[in-house]
Amino acid sequence: MLDTSVGAAGEGTGVGHDGFITLDGVEKVFQVRRKAGLLRRERHEVRAVDGISFQVARGEMVGYIGPNGAGKSTTIKMLTGILTPSGGRLRVAGIDPSRERTRLAHRIGVVFGQRTTLWWDLPLRDSYRLMHRMYRIPDRRYQENLDRCVELLDLGELLDVPVRQLSLGQRMRGDIAAALLHDPEVLYLDEPTIGLDVISKAKVRQFLKELNAERGTTVLLTTHDLTDIEQLCRRVMVIDHGRLMYDGSLAGLHEVGESERMLVVDLERELPAISLESEGAGPLARVVKVEGPRQWLAFPASASAAPLVARIAAEYPLMDLSVREPDIEAVIARMYEAAAP
Amino acid sequence: MAETVAVRPGPEGSREPGGSAYFAYEERPRVLEGLRAYGLIVGMWVRSTMAYRASFVMTTFGNLAATAFDFLTIVLMFTHVDALGGYTLPEVALLYGVSATAFGLCDLLLGSMERLGRRVRDGTLDTLLVRPVPVLAQVAADRFALRRIGRILQGLAVLVYALATLDIAWTPLKVAMLPVMVISGAAVFGAVFVAGAAFQFVAQDASQVQSAFTYGGATLLQYPPTIFAKDLVRGVTFVVPLAFVSWLPTLYVLDRDYPLDLPQWVAFLAPVVAVAVGALAGLAWRAALRTYRSTGS
Repeated sequence: MLDTSVGAAGEGTGVGHDGFITLDGVEKVFQVRRKAGLLRRERHEVRAVDGISFQVARGEMVGYIGPNGAGKSTTIKMLTGILTPSGGRLRVAGIDPSRERTRLAHRIGVVFGQRTTLWWDLPLRDSYRLMHRMYRIPDRRYQENLDRCVELLDLGELLDVPVRQLSLGQRMRGDIAAALLHDPEVLYLDEPTIGLDVISKAKVRQFLKELNAERGTTVLLTTHDLTDIEQLCRRVMVIDHGRLMYDGSLAGLHEVGESERMLVVDLERELPAISLESEGAGPLARVVKVEGPRQWLAFPASASAAPLVARIAAEYPLMDLSVREPDIEAVIARMYEAAAP
Repeated sequence: MAETVAVRPGPEGSREPGGSAYFAYEERPRVLEGLRAYGLIVGMWVRSTMAYRASFVMTTFGNLAATAFDFLTIVLMFTHVDALGGYTLPEVALLYGVSATAFGLCDLLLGSMERLGRRVRDGTLDTLLVRPVPVLAQVAADRFALRRIGRILQGLAVLVYALATLDIAWTPLKVAMLPVMVISGAAVFGAVFVAGAAFQFVAQDASQVQSAFTYGGATLLQYPPTIFAKDLVRGVTFVVPLAFVSWLPTLYVLDRDYPLDLPQWVAFLAPVVAVAVGALAGLAWRAALRTYRSTGS
């Protein structure tokens, strides 16, 4: 991908092309037993991951998205060595995760968005001390890494607070720091911004960006928030039904998915649907809903909102406006529609 | 702690290909690593407990009191009868003391393993699998509860009472048998805990089955074998070898006849049995963890 407009991370950090994370036809099949009658059970197969192949270079920052149950978590679990693949070949930093799980653990950091690994009743600092000793991090490195995380994640005043008293956003920042004290080369983040307020989200994103730029840490994140991807990842992979549907830039995804953004405008008074004619190129946007003075206009996600807003402001009594980004489910749904014959 | 020198890579990433970025990974004996991790995690739980000091004191006392009622039941029984299955109160007290102390030790060290099913169900087991230390050690140390020390104290108290009251013809072998049976007894119970935890990978609500063998077994062993049906005694001797925890070694110390006409030397098999069932439980654990990692449930 030569697209440089998306994401600012990763520049000049020695991004290699060595396929740091390599998946080759990786499969994961679950045998599910379902009750059929009183004692009889039916067995059937669920292909959670159905032949996925991709490579991630060292220092890349990649978004891994898809609807619930698409196979995202299963992939992450195979990449961390929690689950053993049913087929295919998988390597992280040259290590087969399922066979050398403990060895790999020293080189990866994992943040599960909804499951904290911090100690509930103890000050944040104590959880970090445990990491220090469990991972046998040399004292100086530990201190340096901790100082850095404390500074960039704004944890200074939280170190001596019991974790149960932290807010969700503070705890997430605490969890991210805990995953980075042993200098992992790869960081897996599973929904790192889920449930966070706007400010916490911004802090987390800023930190990840700097981590990737300064340390060249490879980052793979799953998310439901397209803004995460927009701000962090040049590359996005879409998975659904266990298959890789798309691998490329976010802008490209919007094109493939023909996704639309929504401009919501409040006019001074109730007016008929806005109609804007452009020279020869068809309408700039189409009105999808009118509700009193408020109107919803859909326009291509790849287009800029500025000229559209300018036209409306020039021709209509505009009071207020907002732009809504498409959500992942909608983008993927449209991708299917586009692919279907 | 053995640590290798840290080398900070430059901004261009001067990492050697294939090697770890900042400090080399050293292969260490898994058992030692496991014990070390166990100690680290237990330390965290003890500190967590001490965050609620008053609650700790009260629950420890409660634990002690609750287990003490166990023995009071037996004492009350003896106010109506002179012997139970041919055994006097001090003799039953010795059986009780050995079993309770051994079980208490095991319960303190591994007692929270029965919560594994819950961790499997809610998916938090995965957070243990991404750590560089053995999962068994992490699960064993999980929710370590220092208050369980109450059970050990109570068991020891009954044991001391029994030893002070009984008139035993002590020999060096009998003296040596005391610590051996408590420790190997704890190990046999421990094997049951680990095997039970392994079973919870398959059936996540199996902790009740496990309790039948652990808590149930411990209670069973507090009474003389003569009051139980032969088939039950056979079961706890040859199938789940709980008889080696206290019955056989204690009967040796008391110079009593063994159940099932077993020869006298089998009492000395207690440590051997403990090691054997421990190894079996370890294998069961490994197989179960492997199954979990290939099925994810």
